[in-house]
Amino acid sequence: MAAAATVYNPVGFDFSNQIRNNFLADRGIPLPKATSTGTTIVGCLFKDGIVLGADTRATEGEIVADKNCEKIHYITESIRCCGAGTAADTEFTTAMISSNMELHALSTGRKPRVVTAMTMLKQYLFRYQGHVGAALVLGGVDATGPHLFTIHPHGSTDKLPYVTMGSGSLAAMAVFEAQWKPSMTREEALDLVNAAISAGIFNDLGSGSNVDACVITATKTDMLRNFVKPNERVTKERTYGFRRGTTAFTKEEIRNLVVHEEIIGVRDDAMDVDGS
Amino acid sequence: MDHFPTNWGRPRNDAFDAYGTYPIQQRPNNIKDNFNGVQRTQQPIVTGTSVLAIKYKDGIMMAADNLASYGSLARFKDVQRLHAVGNHTVLGASGDMSDFQYIQSLLDDLIIEEFTEQDEHTLGPAEIHEYLSQLMYGRRSKLNPLWNSLLVGGYKDGKRFLAYVDLLGTTYSASTIATGYGSYIAQPLLRKAVEGREDTLTEREAQAILEESLLVLFYRDARSLDKYQIAKVTESGVSISESMALRTSWSFAEGIRGYGAQTQ
Repeated sequence: MAAAATVYNPVGFDFSNQIRNNFLADRGIPLPKATSTGTTIVGCLFKDGIVLGADTRATEGEIVADKNCEKIHYITESIRCCGAGTAADTEFTTAMISSNMELHALSTGRKPRVVTAMTMLKQYLFRYQGHVGAALVLGGVDATGPHLFTIHPHGSTDKLPYVTMGSGSLAAMAVFEAQWKPSMTREEALDLVNAAISAGIFNDLGSGSNVDACVITATKTDMLRNFVKPNERVTKERTYGFRRGTTAFTKEEIRNLVVHEEIIGVRDDAMDVDGS
Repeated sequence: MDHFPTNWGRPRNDAFDAYGTYPIQQRPNNIKDNFNGVQRTQQPIVTGTSVLAIKYKDGIMMAADNLASYGSLARFKDVQRLHAVGNHTVLGASGDMSDFQYIQSLLDDLIIEEFTEQDEHTLGPAEIHEYLSQLMYGRRSKLNPLWNSLLVGGYKDGKRFLAYVDLLGTTYSASTIATGYGSYIAQPLLRKAVEGREDTLTEREAQAILEESLLVLFYRDARSLDKYQIAKVTESGVSISESMALRTSWSFAEGIRGYGAQTQ
């Protein structure tokens, strides 16, 4: 806002664009409609670690923008984050925190911790007072054990053994409340996550397509992309290719677009690579 | 002095500006309507939350808790929101409880009228549902709705009936229905357990799935109660159970401290 750009960032919130946005909205130019993930995302604590789950539908208002998007984002090797809300916000926020986590791990020389990512995310989101529409389920296993958090767009966090977010969260939470128990095996946890995401897919219009899952334990992380596909398109009854010769032609001319080159060396020496 | 004889002996209504004492642009909007006083779209005051119902092998099962809330206050904790209508139908209501009581008295009068006819016909669930849908849509069209979401369930002549009607006059029929928060939280569970198996689901299984749904609703609906009743309609008639209590478990997060980085 100052005439000369400064490196110094002043304290407090910068809402200078709000005035411009309100002015434009009054003039009939509303904010562009962001792609929202609609979404059902879940996280669940089991005996050996965390299972995260998500559906794969991205909506733009009433239209399905992406039938198979990926909502489980990479933070570090053993920390992943599911994102609901505005797709751009979840993508860029998680990418930024992932980058900062890598730098932080190099700086501290330690394996990164889930609470670090959680603190970075909540401080960032609170700074933007809910305008960054990212509702996240953050889970991972670090040196202190497995942790599972939800982070809301305004910056509040909850620490729980099972969580759901997104428009399908009520359907998924109903399944969790009915069937979650402590110390489940990996198979039981994956079945539960599948049931919860499927409840979201089939009962919520903002969620659909396939189920993604990610199992994080102390020793390894398994990303199960399209773990279950309950909405595969049926094979079409006919093929619609045209037979060769459908289009008649009167003249045929073939031009060779591959250029033939012969390289003639000027000198026989090899390329000079050393300083000598 | 009142020049209008039709007003003499009647309650005075100071809100009605009979002599145009206000300038036109400031005149209060006195709409004279057919009902001797202006009664329009309201807001529900004392309310009930979700009602759930499913079809099972022997008939219909319906469940509702015993709470009538006054906003966020749990005001009346012994309210019966399931009402038997004749021998073939049960009505479950969510929404405004005073409007439900009015509907109950209308239906009781209807049943009595039908009984006095003594023509060997009785009102079944389909007739009750049709009557209610005409009533509800008619009230909404006069901009004065009965602020309820109703479930009508019954068994007559070997056939099960389950349908929904609400304050807008919307009706629909399915093998599992829920009102209020139940439609978001309980409906996924009911659909998973019942859809496709309506003819083989036993009474015990039906009761179990309804109780599980009520338990999840008690956990997740902030206007619910752990005291509930279940109604059953089969060929032997309507029976509404005594109030029962839900068994809840709150120890799921015993090991957790704080909401973020706290460890102690």
